[in-house]
Amino acid sequence: MEFNLAKILPFLIDGLLIGFVYGIAAMGMTLIWGVMKVINLAHGAIIALGSFFVYLLFVGPFQLHPYISLLLVIPIGLLFGMLIYFLSIHRVINAPYLSTLLATFSVNMIIIGLGTAQFSTTPRAIDFSLGTFHFGSITVLGTRLFAAGAAVVLTAALYLFLFKTTPGKFVRAVANNRAAAELMGIPSSRILALSFGLGTMLAAVSGGLIATFFPFTILSGGTYQLKSFVIGVLGGLGDPLGALLGGLILGALEGLIPFYMGTSWVPVVEFVMFVLILLVMPKGLFGAKK
Amino acid sequence: MKDSTNITLTPPRRASQHAGLKLWLSPGIWITLLLVLLVGLLPVITGNAATREVIFTMLLSVVLATNLNIILGYTGYVSFGHVVFFGIGGYTGLFMLSQYNAPIWLALFAGGLVAGTLAFLVGKAILRLRGAYFALATIGINEAMRAFVGNFPPFGAATGISLNFGIYQDYGGAAQALWMTYILLLGLALFSVILSYLIKTSKFGLSLLTIREDEDAAEVIGVTTPNAKTWSYVISAIIPGMVGVLFFFKNGNIEPAEAFRLNTSIETIVMVMLGGQGTVLGPVLGAAGYQRLRGFLLTNPLFKDIQLSVAGLLLLLIILFIPSGAVGWLRKRFPRLRKVLQ
Repeated sequence: MEFNLAKILPFLIDGLLIGFVYGIAAMGMTLIWGVMKVINLAHGAIIALGSFFVYLLFVGPFQLHPYISLLLVIPIGLLFGMLIYFLSIHRVINAPYLSTLLATFSVNMIIIGLGTAQFSTTPRAIDFSLGTFHFGSITVLGTRLFAAGAAVVLTAALYLFLFKTTPGKFVRAVANNRAAAELMGIPSSRILALSFGLGTMLAAVSGGLIATFFPFTILSGGTYQLKSFVIGVLGGLGDPLGALLGGLILGALEGLIPFYMGTSWVPVVEFVMFVLILLVMPKGLFGAKK
Repeated sequence: MKDSTNITLTPPRRASQHAGLKLWLSPGIWITLLLVLLVGLLPVITGNAATREVIFTMLLSVVLATNLNIILGYTGYVSFGHVVFFGIGGYTGLFMLSQYNAPIWLALFAGGLVAGTLAFLVGKAILRLRGAYFALATIGINEAMRAFVGNFPPFGAATGISLNFGIYQDYGGAAQALWMTYILLLGLALFSVILSYLIKTSKFGLSLLTIREDEDAAEVIGVTTPNAKTWSYVISAIIPGMVGVLFFFKNGNIEPAEAFRLNTSIETIVMVMLGGQGTVLGPVLGAAGYQRLRGFLLTNPLFKDIQLSVAGLLLLLIILFIPSGAVGWLRKRFPRLRKVLQ
């Protein structure tokens, strides 16, 4: 199989564009891990809820434009995440990590259970298109281009928040050393809730973006949650920018692997890589630089 | 000085022999064993096939939870993808049954052997990771294995392996084969409980409990932690591999999505937590209780559609308010029960 750039490039670009969206979902997961050492097993369910939120507003009586719904997802996702934090995680935040794992898993069960009862598991899709764009011989779907752009804007906004605002600095301080941050008078509970809200918001937004170009069910978040784990480990757990880069790597792999072996081998490569990186470079691919 | 000579004069072997006898007189093991035996014999006595199916699911959970408890409750390593051993055992067994027409006992043996070997190889690598990193790695192993088996032609790739119906004729027809599978499962459940108790009360078990409390301290006081961890992982994998063979032999076919269902793993963890991790009785109670609850919710018209949510809500309440599980709570609340509830 020869290396034919002209043939490969469209798939690579497609993969990279989707990789941006994976990156956002993973960024939410990694942010939560970085700040409070919680692996959020409700992440996938929240991604699916994000998809459904955009879908329901689109098909409902309002016929809301998906991108306007996405703007609504941001505050709602944030508040929803804070609610989850106070209801399920706050009490066990200092318990052994198995407790937080299972607490988030039980939230996952609750959402999936209600979601399945309400929406069944028939695949849904948003009938919406931004047309296609041509760059030379390469054709790109408008929705994917927009999603990648939104991912970049969101990442930039997150970094501005984390580095330029006081609450953002609080978040970083709590991530760095919660006990010390508390001694400095930082309200750590509220900051933890805020961080969980931010992570949830990122998951929900990525779900909303996914809904604009892939069909989905209430269960499909599980796949993206597993991808978030892989990406989070690739980029180094706790590093939001690493997550975006990890998302791009995963997207590129998903675009390229089908050229060399069957599509069904993609998850094999992904998860073998995941375990190997955990073993060899637990700080992630870019961890060495810091 | 006198004290120290006294200590050296006590022959250690006699003490342990004495303890060995006491082990079998302890009510802790008998309560658990009798519980499993009585419930397990119920369908055998009544001869009711419907009861048998209900208890089959329950015993399957008892086996998975009891064995998971060895690595999770005793050693303190959260194996999130433990279903991988159930799945690979099932695949090995069905491969032997369908390709080589192997007898069921050989398939069982092979399933346990492959699961144990996989645990040994994987454990050597990933047991170096601690905390959530280990949990994530076990998820990765399970997903990688599921994806790999889905591409592996000898195991039927994505379609899996189906057993020829004629295979049950060797065991006196399908009805007889189902009863035989049930009895074998009951045997493995009883064996799991005994094994779990023997490990907990042995020196090996003590070294596992030490690792759970503080791994670095365990190393300092002379526990060879890598070996102890690996062997506890291997032991916790073998019987799940064997019941994988039984389950899919009864099922008649196996496919990747069903064999390596991550949710099965997590449900098993929930059972161990419900009953009380690190105890012998806990996983048994947790498994039986969880399956009873599931059965109740699934048949109740009010909760039928949202049974998953109700189970999730209960789980959340237990984690938030009774984190040590039923047996742990009883032991804390009624100190006298500590002698009885192991």
